[in-house]
Amino acid sequence: MHVEVDVPKCVASGQCVLLAPDVFDQREEDGMVVLLDDNPPAELHDAVRESATVCPAAAIRLEES
Amino acid sequence: MASSPNVPAFTLTRPQDAPLDPPPLYERLREEQPVTRVSLWEGRLTPWLVTRWEDARAVLGSPAFSTDPTHPGAPNFKEDEQPAPRGFFQNFDDPIHAAMRRTLTREFMIKRIDTLRPAIARLTDELLTDLTKLSGPADFVEHFALPLPSLVICELLGVPYEEHPFFQEQSKTLVDLNATGEEAARAFANLGEYLLRLVQTKRATPGDDVVTRLAAQVDEGVITDQDAADLSAFLLFAGHETTANMIALSTITLLNHPDQIPHILGGPDQVASAVEELLRYLSIVHGGLRRTAIDDVTIGGVTIHAGEGVIIPVHVANRDPEFFTNPDDLDLERANVRQHLAFGYGIHQCLGQPLARAELQIALPEVFRRLPDLKIAVPMEEIAFKQATAVYGVRELPVTW
Repeated sequence: MHVEVDVPKCVASGQCVLLAPDVFDQREEDGMVVLLDDNPPAELHDAVRESATVCPAAAIRLEES
Repeated sequence: MASSPNVPAFTLTRPQDAPLDPPPLYERLREEQPVTRVSLWEGRLTPWLVTRWEDARAVLGSPAFSTDPTHPGAPNFKEDEQPAPRGFFQNFDDPIHAAMRRTLTREFMIKRIDTLRPAIARLTDELLTDLTKLSGPADFVEHFALPLPSLVICELLGVPYEEHPFFQEQSKTLVDLNATGEEAARAFANLGEYLLRLVQTKRATPGDDVVTRLAAQVDEGVITDQDAADLSAFLLFAGHETTANMIALSTITLLNHPDQIPHILGGPDQVASAVEELLRYLSIVHGGLRRTAIDDVTIGGVTIHAGEGVIIPVHVANRDPEFFTNPDDLDLERANVRQHLAFGYGIHQCLGQPLARAELQIALPEVFRRLPDLKIAVPMEEIAFKQATAVYGVRELPVTW
């Protein structure tokens, strides 16, 4: 799985950080998304998929291999 | 209210025998006419009502809709709705919305809200200790559900809690659908004036709080003094009329489903899921989210033309059986619950949601841990539900413990 984030679209709802804290974080200065791992291990895939689904700004893009 | 048989009047009134369920009319429309017209202002405006989860999410996530209530076709609650200052950024589209929202996004980061958890737990403990010193029955709203979020938002903002009768009154006016546009505008202005003085005070005597940090953003040229005041007013208002109602309604709901109380007393993941289901089940913003199409767009097979208004009743969409299995059942372990629309969806989704979650995740378990014999002291039909407010709740909730 390859993860991309579109930072300008992010609205800092924080839901990805709650669901997959090993993959997503927030920038200290403005709460915008920070991608910690663009190739997360298989056990996190469900949480990353759910993060992409609930992201209100559709700022998380996934490519499943 | 004048309305033709084909265009039902928009209503908020819940069934008396099922006050936590959406009006049956909408349940029927969702099945038969999921995108249909309803009448507002005694028939002078007939915006679209979008009731299915999938369609609701499509509208809220689409750039073809504006949230600006000053469009001629905007389906506002009040025909005489007055424009709000830009600090109330939910009423503005980008780029103003984004610019205003970004002055506050860091304040609601997950990590930052996590640092507030000990304070929320302390306030919860103090309020419940004080409540149990009373000789029951006592009003759970007055003694717990309202003061907790009020104290928390005051601590976050740096607003003195002693002033709470004033700003609770203004917040009440802002969600009261029987208030005129002028009265609502006056309440906005009252809050804005009060907070403008506070912004100036904080500049002279800074604290570790949001108003101080907004004042600093004024000094950096990011926003004006008035913006700082209006943004603070927006938070103060939004922090009151939402979480307080969720705490009270969640408590009623759990008392009505005693078999599910163990979930709210479980581990952090169980509690988090339970809170999401309560958010879905109750969906307190029952006045509906309001948008106006700025382009022609097809929703659920129906063409909505540029200039036409759309009401999205999230409490109805969150009970859509095509998305949520047995949606009228409370299921604190529901698998797909995080896709609820209780905080909205799209770029305007609630900024304060991490704070609301933290408050609910701390307060609700503690209520049931500390008050295992908690009971509502009146029959359900005597509870005064707030029918004519944009945010659903109860006026008071007499309880014993």
